[in-house]
Formats: sequence, C-alpha cells, structure tokens
Amino acid sequence: MYYGVQKPPKPFVLHSGSRAQNRVLLNNPTQMNSQSSPRSFNVDRIREDFPILKREVRPGVPLVYLDSAATSQKPLHVIEEMDRYYRNTNANIHRGIHTLAEEATADYEKARESVARFIGAKSPRQVIFTRNATESINLVSNTWGRKNLNSGDVVILTEMEHHANLVPWQMLAAEKNLKLEFIPVTEDGFLDLSALPALLALEPKLVAFTHMSNVLGTINPAQEIIRQAKAAGAVTLLDGAQSVPHFSVNVQDLDVDFMVFSGHKMCGPTGIGVLYGRQDLLEKMPPFMGGGDMIKRVYLRTFTPNELPHKFEAGTPAIAEAVGLGAAVAYLENFDMEAIHAHEKKLVIYALDQLAEIPGVKVIGPTAEHKGGVIAFTLDNIHPHDISQILDEDGVAIRAGHHCAMPLHDKLKLVSTARASFYMYTTEAEIDILARAIYKTKKIFSI
Amino acid sequence: MDDLYREIIIDRYKNPLYRGALDPHDISFEDDNPLCGDHIRIDLRLDGNGKVSEAAFDGHGCAISQATADLLLESIQGKSLDEIKAMTRDDLLEMLGIELGPVRLKCALLSLKVLKAGVYGLGEASDELVE
Repeated sequence: MYYGVQKPPKPFVLHSGSRAQNRVLLNNPTQMNSQSSPRSFNVDRIREDFPILKREVRPGVPLVYLDSAATSQKPLHVIEEMDRYYRNTNANIHRGIHTLAEEATADYEKARESVARFIGAKSPRQVIFTRNATESINLVSNTWGRKNLNSGDVVILTEMEHHANLVPWQMLAAEKNLKLEFIPVTEDGFLDLSALPALLALEPKLVAFTHMSNVLGTINPAQEIIRQAKAAGAVTLLDGAQSVPHFSVNVQDLDVDFMVFSGHKMCGPTGIGVLYGRQDLLEKMPPFMGGGDMIKRVYLRTFTPNELPHKFEAGTPAIAEAVGLGAAVAYLENFDMEAIHAHEKKLVIYALDQLAEIPGVKVIGPTAEHKGGVIAFTLDNIHPHDISQILDEDGVAIRAGHHCAMPLHDKLKLVSTARASFYMYTTEAEIDILARAIYKTKKIFSI
Repeated sequence: MDDLYREIIIDRYKNPLYRGALDPHDISFEDDNPLCGDHIRIDLRLDGNGKVSEAAFDGHGCAISQATADLLLESIQGKSLDEIKAMTRDDLLEMLGIELGPVRLKCALLSLKVLKAGVYGLGEASDELVE
C-alpha cells in the first residue's frame, strides 16, 4: 500500500497502544507500513509521485532528468513529510520534555530505525547520521583511522574510487605516513581482482572500495572482496552511495565493517548521510566532533562520551532531513528493490543499444550485465560540457566532467566524459530523447 | 498528566523508602543520564544464597527517575542476580504503570540500567541493558 499521495496530516499520538507492548511509541502514523506487500513496478505511476518530473525546463520542453547518480529527485511523500515536520512538530531533540520535543525525538529516532531496517543492520545504534557519504568516510578516517593506523601501514583502495574515498585517506596518509595501494581497473572497466591476493599479502589494515562506480557503472563483487580482505585481517569499508539507492544491500550478508551512503541519492533530502559500522568498532572509536549530545558528562577540563550512536552526532543534527530520509526509505520500501534494479538494467540495455547506433559515441565501462544505471560516454572529440549544453536545449539533464573521479579518467586516458544516469522513474522514451539530442549535437558540430 | 504523576510516583519521590547508602556492600554502581544529568548510585547487599537482602540508592534527578529507583529497589528484595539480569524495560514499565515518551523513558530506565550494569560488573550503564 502506498501512502505517498496527499493525505491530511494525522496528529502524532503519544499516549496510545497496549501496555503489554513497548511503551515507546516511535511509530509515525503518517509513515507507511513496511510490512505491506510491494507495490507493483509501474514507471508511469511512479513518475506521478515525483512532482518535479512534470516540470518543463522552458515552455514546451519537458525535463528529461538523467542525472540521478548526482542526486535523485524527491517523491511527494518525502517533501510532505519534511513539510509536516516543520509545520507540525519542529523542536530540538533529545533533551526536551515538552510534547514537540518528544515528537521530534521520536521522528528522528524512527528515521534511524527505518534506515537500520533498510540496510539490514542488527541495531539502530549502528546507524550514525552524518551530512553525506563523504562526511561518513571522513568520520572513519579521522576516528578509526587516526587511532588505528600507524606509520608504514597499508590501506587498499581502488582506481575507480570517487574522490570522497580517496582524499580522506590521502590526508591521513600524509599525516601518518601510510602506504596507499590500489586495486587496478581493467580496460573494460572492472576491478582487476587477480591483483588482489598480492595486495592483501601486504597485510593491509583497511580495504575501502566502492560498491558501484559512479562513472563506469560497474557493480563490484563486494561480498567476495570483503571476504578476502577480512580473511587477510583487514577492516573493510564499502562506499554504498551508488548501490544502496538502486538495489538491495544488506550489511549483514555482506559482513562489511563500515558502509557509507548519502540520503539525497535515494529519494531523500540533501544534508543527511549515513555511516553504518560494526558495533564493537564504533564503540572503540574516539568521538569525531565535540559538542552537545555526544557527551555523557562534561567537566571543565574533561568529558566522557555518550553511547552509540549519539557519540558521533555532536550538536543539533539535521532533524527534518532525517525525517525526510526516513520517508524516502518508507517510499522505497513500497517496492521490491530488485524490481528497481531490474528496471534500471532494462534501461541500460536499451540505452546501450541506442547509443551503439550513433557513430562516434564511445561508452566507458562494462557491458550491461555488470552495470548499474550509469552510462558515461564520449562523442567524437566534442567536449562533454558542449554535449551537456546542447542536450539541455532539449531539456535533457546529464552530467559532464570527471564526476569526482579524476584518477579513473587519467587511467582511462580521458579528460572528461558525459554521463547519463537512471533511476526508478526513468523511461525508455527519455532515452529516445537523449539519443535524438546526441544526433543533434553531432549535427551542430557537423561531425 | 495525572497518569504520569500518579500518586505513587509523587509519594515515592517525596518519601523514598530506599534512599541511602550501604557500607559495606557487595555491589555498588553509579551512572548518569546524559540527556538531563540525572544521577543514580545503587548499593546492594546479598544474603548467603546470593539473593538481595538490602538495597539502597542515592542520586539526584526528576521525580520519574528517583521514584522509579525507589520502586525498583523495592521490587528486587529477595531476588537473585540472575532474576535481576532477566529484568526488562517492560517489567519496569509494568511496575510503574505509566505511559512514557522516548525522552522520559530514559529517566525511568536510568535506575534499571545502573542496577544491571552493577550486577553484570560492567563499566558503563548502556542502553543495551534495557532493550
């Protein structure tokens, strides 16, 4: 059952429910029930849920949004839940006794529970709210990394990482004299796992890698890499920014130590991200930022840190954004995540077929079967900025540049690429418009 | 509000039966509620069979946290440490007979957390003890 359509806001009921049950009433009645059966996958109906998709970029030119790997659009349910929060509930959390503070606290913690359920975490306290995936990695590098990594220690990354999973480790490496090693990328856009045993023989302390490349679209065999890395004694960190929004990701099945992702790529708002961590690791980590809420007791010269997850959430957090992320999870839980993945796979096959017919288009990355809904390409020697500019005339939103993966582009001997990326609301008709606009670009450049 | 501050809560807050200290004691533990600074220390004495013969608490905080501590210590008289370890949040709330939101729940659970951390010999009274 889907509740994303407009409904009158119900009052938050604090004092109801059976005594025999848990008295903490964290259920937000406007949120949907995750237990209900999945909604059938109908892209036309899904598009009705996203108000922005009705927009015309300029009169008569409808939006063709093919930039979801950068940020997804937001369903009405998320927009309304954040609106409801500010209209009806807004208060600071965790120390207030008044009704609004109780309700805001319940909403915030309910969002944490939703996220924990969505990724299969054992406990909500393993879910730390941050600003985004980038901040989550910086949290790990600054706390776990600074405490546990020492001069000469090896950290293994890959050549296909987003800058977010490179620069924090480069910063720590410079400070601690760490050795950074990289799983290479093959010409056809895969991680070269034949290189992994030799790298693991270096006894790395950490193996941190992306679940899905934001350029190549390659979905990496995370479970296998994690298994091997852990067998070699390494701690593992998975960048789930491109995977968690698009297919089912279960941290217990993966047996991963840390996973990071952003709310805004999975139908949620900007300004909220997640760090999932193994509880024993999180407990031993020093706090990240200091301030309110992360303390248990403060003296003039010392403090004792609070319990998980609050230890890592200093200061007033992004409460409305957490509510929005909780609503995004509730929205996604209406669907079978594998149906979303299958839809995107179908789009990738369709798009690769279309692009293959256009002379001069060169797609970067693996074949459709190993790829999520991301297609980076070049078009003759036309600069991607020019491609994007011309596509925009037809309402087509793609990204152009190095997509925060400069080392990958260096490796592939490319300066930049154009990237079209898909989500649950993308249609084949939109890919037709993309293809026509690419032809138009060629025509303008007379190639 | 009548429900939250029902007579027994106010009564036990004003006239606690178990406030004090036991010295010597077999078990003693104290911790804070970081949300509001409530503090509870609990001392226990055990009889020859390892059951609670005497219990006392001291500390400061709101009526909910302090009255709950008093009622909790009353309820564990004669109980074994295993019985205390098995006590849950629901047991405590059943005993209080009041509905609590998430913030006030922390006030009510502080004494059970402190008691269980002491009985388990832990360094910290974590939320996990009462989930």
